Amino acid sequence: MEYSCSAYELKCNECGKRFGNQPLSACPDCLAPLEIAYDMELARVTFTRANITAGPFNIWRYAALLPIPAGFQPDLPVGFTPLVRAKNLGKRIGAKNLYIKNDAVCFPTLSFKDRVVSVALANAQKFGFDVVGCSSTGNLANSVAAQSARLGLKATILVPADLEPAKILNTQVYGARLVRIDGNYDHVNRLCTQIADEYNWGFVNVNLRPYYAEGSKTVGYEIAEQLGWRLPDNVVCPMAGGSLIRKIRKAFNELIELGLVEDKPVRFFGAQATGCSPISTAVKQGTEDILPQRPNTIARSLAIGNPADGPAAAKMIRATGGWAEDVSDIEIVSGMQELAETEGIFTETAGGVTIAVTARLYAHGRISPDETTVVCITGNGLKTTDALSDQYHPERAVRPRLVDFDEYLRELDGAPEPELAEELAIAGVSHVH
Amino acid sequence: MSIKVVLPAAFVRHTDGQKQFASTAENLPGLIADIDQTFPALSTQIKDEGGKLRKFINIYVNEEDIRFLGGETYAFQDGDEVMLIPSIAGGSR
Repeated sequence: MEYSCSAYELKCNECGKRFGNQPLSACPDCLAPLEIAYDMELARVTFTRANITAGPFNIWRYAALLPIPAGFQPDLPVGFTPLVRAKNLGKRIGAKNLYIKNDAVCFPTLSFKDRVVSVALANAQKFGFDVVGCSSTGNLANSVAAQSARLGLKATILVPADLEPAKILNTQVYGARLVRIDGNYDHVNRLCTQIADEYNWGFVNVNLRPYYAEGSKTVGYEIAEQLGWRLPDNVVCPMAGGSLIRKIRKAFNELIELGLVEDKPVRFFGAQATGCSPISTAVKQGTEDILPQRPNTIARSLAIGNPADGPAAAKMIRATGGWAEDVSDIEIVSGMQELAETEGIFTETAGGVTIAVTARLYAHGRISPDETTVVCITGNGLKTTDALSDQYHPERAVRPRLVDFDEYLRELDGAPEPELAEELAIAGVSHVH
Repeated sequence: MSIKVVLPAAFVRHTDGQKQFASTAENLPGLIADIDQTFPALSTQIKDEGGKLRKFINIYVNEEDIRFLGGETYAFQDGDEVMLIPSIAGGSR
């Protein structure tokens, strides 16, 4: 199936100039970030509820408002991840209408980066790149590696040297060339801008960035559609570079503009780790001036000390009446455990950040219990198990005999209750020695 | 004393194709003044209406963001490599 989309081109957010479609991420005149502008009149015809619901259960149902080149035939069913009602977690943190948007199960590599990469690589092919790459703290690396393999593109991926082992392995297994850089993400990213200048490679989050970032909008479209074409009252979103939270709002605004949902205010809340919190710090200080930080947190996927979209994210959060918070590494681990124990969702450290921040937002009264709130979980816990290594230890092995199992339970739980002991005795099981 | 200044590709059209140049500036304000003189076309691009460096431009000295070194008060050292990088870099997990 071939997908049609609205006409689109690059536009400078700052000076308003337009640049057609090309691998370019910054305005050549003022260096401001470029974004995609659509022909919204055409979108009124193509981006309708009927067309969307007739589409496949993946992000390509929204192709009419994605920057997809003519003739592109996507066959990777990325996205349309579950929106889960989180009653158990809600009880624990005082929320009555809480939902988890669970991109920990996004296809193919278990993070929301699968969405953005699929859009970016469609454009990389259109622009004729043989080699694609990215700078990444892990999830993006995994996704670029996997999807490049499927498309037959060569991938060169640059990461900070201290990345989690699972994220390294999950990049290498797809045959990508992985380059570990002796520095933090901001060092890696700076190098990638220079490489993109020198080599004719398509870096998904550098020279292909405007196209790539649009893939994040699909999270917003899905939330609205899965709520029955309604917008929530609040969205809580993890922030690294600050792009995702802005793109979810862009999705909501497009849906409102096209009359697909009721026009209502949605408040946006940003989550960061205290060890890398340039955006939440700016929000708390009532400014959009981002002071770069040197990251020091277990939430390495959020560890971007100089976030490119940080000023815009801080401005947007404040404009919607939202807030931003940051939490300690101890709280991050608790957040991961809380979500797993209450909802059966295992998220990575970034998700721990988001859950812990959400709990605090309710505790501090920044979100009211009855409001419909969607919490975005963007990556899978299997990739950051090292963050939990101190929390769980293997128990001793038990011999395969019932008497040993009984003994084992007594060790764990103490002596059985008298009534239970009596029932067990009637059943012929001796527990009392 | 001399420093090497490295420019992003987007700026090369304002410098007659030069990707880098040498400067004797002692600090960031001095470097901006030097660019005013040497590459007036570039100067108008990197500054806003108020004459300040645009917020989308990051300055790195060797491998460090100049803001970690004291910003405008940092005194360039002989042989420093000073890079102008668009802030588009950054922000992807």
